Amino acid sequence: MDNISIIGSVSVIIAGLTITIGSIGPAIAEARAIVAALTSIAQQPDVASTVTRTLFVGLAMIESMAIYCFVVSMILIFANPFWNFVITKVTGG
Amino acid sequence: MRISSDDVIFFEYGFVKLNMTIVTTWVVMLILVIGSVCITRKLVVATKISRWQSILEMIVIIIKKQIEEVGLYKAETYIGFIGTLFLYLFTSNLLTILPIYEPPTSSLSTTAALAISVFFAVPVFNIMEHGLLNYLKSYVKPLFIMLPFHLISEFSRTVALAVRLFGNMMSGVIIVGILLTITPFIFPIVMTAFGLLTGTVQAYIFTILAATFIAAAAQESEKGFSKRNE
Repeated sequence: MDNISIIGSVSVIIAGLTITIGSIGPAIAEARAIVAALTSIAQQPDVASTVTRTLFVGLAMIESMAIYCFVVSMILIFANPFWNFVITKVTGG
Repeated sequence: MRISSDDVIFFEYGFVKLNMTIVTTWVVMLILVIGSVCITRKLVVATKISRWQSILEMIVIIIKKQIEEVGLYKAETYIGFIGTLFLYLFTSNLLTILPIYEPPTSSLSTTAALAISVFFAVPVFNIMEHGLLNYLKSYVKPLFIMLPFHLISEFSRTVALAVRLFGNMMSGVIIVGILLTITPFIFPIVMTAFGLLTGTVQAYIFTILAATFIAAAAQESEKGFSKRNE
């Protein structure tokens, strides 16, 4: 395989692996957070508004882990610096 | 496909570039400034106030309450910075319902600039409140060994703040773009509506985190401690 196909295939595979593996942890964490919040709301319905607000903030912070992985895979697919480098090498020089 | 609105360039002269991010930022600034000026031009203290004034008062009171809940009890000092952050992010994320508009927060330059301003606001507010010596002391608490960790966390949380907002808004824009090529009929609208929810939550989180950073560097004052225990 030449350089272009190696870089292209590795980028695509790693982009898929990044979002696959990276979304497992946040998914489990969000599930646990929601379970805890639902349990506490069922026990004390009075504090539902406080729990919900804190839950949303916590969920978004957990979710940002998955978002980091998403950003990395998007960079690998759409704005890959190695790919751009090879393409300019091949076409420009 | 492009991943940020920085690449749409309307006008270029030398090193001066006018891209879509700057234009949308100006639009949001214009809406906020003109709106506030028009509303606050005729403020009245009475039992019968105008509709817009009551909306503005509600917004200010809600933001003030949220700041106080984080632990900054002199909310008037901070509401200028934190409230402006929230209003700017909220407006720019909500305007995604307009057709050709792309939120300026979906570009890393905007979110990095906001995160850097938070990075500098933390020492400024704390030195104003507690003095230079007390602020520097907070870096070596509880032990001198903690100094490098405090410095690392200072930088890493700034990066995390910028990338979190950028990633969330950018993913919303890209998902709608991808769906438009696959199922262009109704499904993009659903994801746009979901993007509105994400945008609101992210604006809230950015603001609350900025307030938390300012409050965390400050030592818990005696008054605040007793107030919380009541």
